Amino acid sequence: MTRKRRRLTIIGGSLAVLAVAAALVLNAMRDSIVFFSTPAMVAEKHIQAGKRFRLGGLVQPGSLVRGDNLAVTFTVADGSTTLPVSYKGILPDLFREGQGVVAEGALDPSGVFRADTVLAKHDETYMPKDVADALKKQGHWKDDYGAKPDVNAGAQGASRAAQSAPPARQGASQ
Amino acid sequence: MIAESGHYALVLALGLALIQSSLPVLGVRWRDPILMNVARSTALAQLLFVAFSFAALVALHVTSDFSVVNVFENSHSLKPLIYKVTGVWGNHEGSMLLWVLILALFGGLVAAFGNNLPLSLRAHVLAVQAWIASAFYLFILITSNPFLRIANPPIEGRDLNPVLQDIGLAVHPPMLYLGYVGFSISFSFAVAALIEGRIDAAWARWVRPWTLVAWIFLTLGIAMGSYWAYYELGWGGWWFWDPVENASLMPWLAGTALLHSAVVMEKRNALKVWTILLSILAFSLSLLGTFLVRSGVLTSVHAFATDPTRGVFILLILCIFIGGSLTLYAWRAPALKQGGLFAPISREGALVLNNLFLTTGCATVFIGTLYPLALEVLTGDKISVGAPFFNLTFAPLFVPLMIAVPFGPLLAWKRGDLLGAAQRLTAAGVAALIAVAVLWAWTRGGSAFAPLAIGLAIFVIGGALSDLAERTGLFRVPFATATRRARGLPRSTWGTVFAHAGVGVALIGIVCETTWNSEYIATMKPDDVAKLAGYELKLDGLAQRQGPNFREMLAQFTVSLDGKRLSTMTPSKRNFTTRGSSTTEAALLTRGASQLYISLGEATADGAIAVRIYHKPLVLLIWFGPILMAFGGMLSLSDRRLRVGAPKPAKAMRGLQAAEQVV
Repeated sequence: MTRKRRRLTIIGGSLAVLAVAAALVLNAMRDSIVFFSTPAMVAEKHIQAGKRFRLGGLVQPGSLVRGDNLAVTFTVADGSTTLPVSYKGILPDLFREGQGVVAEGALDPSGVFRADTVLAKHDETYMPKDVADALKKQGHWKDDYGAKPDVNAGAQGASRAAQSAPPARQGASQ
Repeated sequence: MIAESGHYALVLALGLALIQSSLPVLGVRWRDPILMNVARSTALAQLLFVAFSFAALVALHVTSDFSVVNVFENSHSLKPLIYKVTGVWGNHEGSMLLWVLILALFGGLVAAFGNNLPLSLRAHVLAVQAWIASAFYLFILITSNPFLRIANPPIEGRDLNPVLQDIGLAVHPPMLYLGYVGFSISFSFAVAALIEGRIDAAWARWVRPWTLVAWIFLTLGIAMGSYWAYYELGWGGWWFWDPVENASLMPWLAGTALLHSAVVMEKRNALKVWTILLSILAFSLSLLGTFLVRSGVLTSVHAFATDPTRGVFILLILCIFIGGSLTLYAWRAPALKQGGLFAPISREGALVLNNLFLTTGCATVFIGTLYPLALEVLTGDKISVGAPFFNLTFAPLFVPLMIAVPFGPLLAWKRGDLLGAAQRLTAAGVAALIAVAVLWAWTRGGSAFAPLAIGLAIFVIGGALSDLAERTGLFRVPFATATRRARGLPRSTWGTVFAHAGVGVALIGIVCETTWNSEYIATMKPDDVAKLAGYELKLDGLAQRQGPNFREMLAQFTVSLDGKRLSTMTPSKRNFTTRGSSTTEAALLTRGASQLYISLGEATADGAIAVRIYHKPLVLLIWFGPILMAFGGMLSLSDRRLRVGAPKPAKAMRGLQAAEQVV
C-alpha cells in the first residue's frame, strides 16, 4: 500500500468517524437539551404541557406545604409572576423559602410544574447564576444577594462538593 | 511578616521565571552553554521560592491569622487542623498558588533529572515552562493575591464551605493539579521541538514518562473526585457531566490519546506531527479547564469569581498560549520529517483508531460543555446540556473503541493480521457471549443494553488476559515456562494489560450501578423497618451530637440480611453554625464491591425523618477500574526503557549536535 493510499484510508476513516460524531451531536442537541425559564417566561411563551424545562426563581415565602410521604408543593416566583410546583422526594439541604431554586420537570395539563429534580446550587448568600441573571433583567435584584459571593467553592473537586444540592432524585441525572 | 515574605517570595519567583523565559533562549541562539544552563538553576530556585510562598500561606492558615483576607474568608479558629491545611487550596487564590507550585515542581524535576537531555532542548523546554509560569505568577499577583491584609483584622474567620471540610479536599485537588499541570511538560517539549524544528523517537522517549506521570495523577484525581462526590453529596451520584468535571475529562481523553500516539512515535517513528498536536491540545484543554473553573463563566458553583478581571486575564493567557502554540504548529510542523509507513491493519493502525475515537469523544464533550456558553453569549438563550446529551453522543463513540481495545496489542507493528488476532480473542469473545446470555436469562428489569455492555466489558478484560496468555504461552507451554516468561515480559506490557482490564472493570461497575441500583425514599420513625434488595434496615433512633465546629443529628440503623444482624450504619446531618449551612453525611456499608448507602433528609415535627436508602450493586468497581488503570500506568513507568532519566548519553550528544546545526 502506498503512502498516498494509506493516507487516504486514514483520512477517509477519520471523516467517517467525525461524520458519525457530528450526526450524534446534532441528534442529541435536538432531543436532550433543556431550556431554562422563569415563571414570567413560562407565562409569556405558553410552554406546552409535558415539555421538559428548567424553572428558576425564588421560593415564595410561606408557600411550602409538606404533604404525606415526602410530597411537597411550593410556589416559585420571579417578582411579577408565580408558578406552583409539586415535587415528591427529599429537598436539598440548601432549599429555603425566599431563596433561589432551580427545578427540572414539565408542566402538567392543569398548569402545575411537576418537578422531578430540585437543585439549589447555592449557599445562603449565593444565587444560582440563571436565577440571578433573570431577576436582574427584571429589576428584582436586591443588592445584598450578591454582597457575599461564595468564595469558597474551592479547587476542582469542589465541583461536585459545591453542587451541594444535587438532583434529589437520582434517575434524572444518570 | 509571614504574609509579606510569602508575597515577596512570589514576586521573586516571577523575576526568576522572567529570567528563565529569556536568557536560555538567547543562550541557544548564541550557542552559549552558560546561558543555556541558566534555565536549570533558575528553575530550581523558582521552585524554592514558590514553595516558600506556599508554605507561608499554609502557615497563615494554620495559625489562623485573620488579618489576611484569604484566611479570614476561608478559615475558622475552631476548624480541625487538617482542614486548616487543606483549606489553603479550597479557595481561588490558594488553589492558583498550588497550581503554580506544581508547575514549578515539574519544571524543577525536568531541571534536576534532565541531565541526559540535549542542552538546547532542555533550555527550550524550561524556557517554555517559564513562559507559562510567568503568566500565572502575574495573574496571581495582579488579580488574586492570597496575601492581602485587612485593615481592621476581625477576631474570627468565616469558615470553609462545609462540604469542602472533608478528607477529599486534601487529596483530590492536588492530584488533579498534578495531572493538569503535568501536561505542561509535554506541551513544553512539543513547543521546544517545534522551535528547534527537529523531533525524533528519542523525543518521544523523553515525553512519554512525563505524560504518563500526569496521566496517572489525572486518572486518580478524577476517580477520587468522583468518589468524593458520591459519598459527600448524599444522593449517590458519581458523575454529573458538570462542566467542571468535563473540564477534567477532556485533558484526560486527550492525554490518553497522547500516551498511545507517543508509543507509535517512539517505536515506529511515525505520527510525529500528530503527537505534537496532541501534546499541545492536552495542555490547552487543561488551560481551558482552568479558565472555565477560575473565571466564573459557568453556571456552576465554581462560578465564585464575581470579578470579571480574573476571567479576562485567564482568557488572555488562554488565547496567547493556545493561539501561539497552534500558530507555531501550523508554521513549523510541515517541516518535520514524515515517519515510517504502516498498513491500516496494524498496531499503528489500531492506535490511530484509538486516537481517532478518543479525540472525537473529547470533541463531543467539548461541544456539550461550551455550546451552552456560546449560545448564551450569541442569543441569550439559556440551556442546560446534561447527562442525556452525553449519553447519546459520548457513549456510542466509546462502544467501537472498546471493541477495538483488545485487538490493538495483538496486532503486529507495520502490518497486522486481523483474522489471527480475532482467533486469539476467541476465548474472550466466548466469555463475553456467555456473560451476555447469563445476564439476559437471570436479571430482571433494566435496559436491554446492560447485558450487552457488560459483555463488552468482559470482552475487554478477557482480551487483556488473552494478550497476556499469548505472550507467555500459557496453556501451550508448561506452567513453569509460562511464569518464567511472564516475569521476563517488559513491565510496560503488564501495564497495558492492567490499564485495559481497568477500563473493562470500570465499565462493569458503571453499567451495574446505573441499571440495577435500587432506592427507597420515605419518612421513617424509630423502629420502622425499610426493606431493600433483600436487606432489612431498622431505624433504631435519632441522637444529637456536638462536633468541633458543627452540631449533628445522627440516625442509627441496624442492617440485617435474612434475619441475621450484619452491622449498624449511622448517617448524619451536620449544621455548621458559622455559615448557617448544613451537609448530609451519608453512611456506607460495603458488601463485596456493592454498597448500601443511607442519607438523611429533613426531620419532621413528629419525630420522623426523611430517609433515602440506596443499594448500589458493584458500585466500587467504578473506582477500582481507574485504580487498576493508574496501577498499569505506574508499572509502565517503572519499565526500564521508560524510567525517568534513564541515561542515553550517546543520543544526547547526537541530539546536541543536531540541534546546533538547526539553530
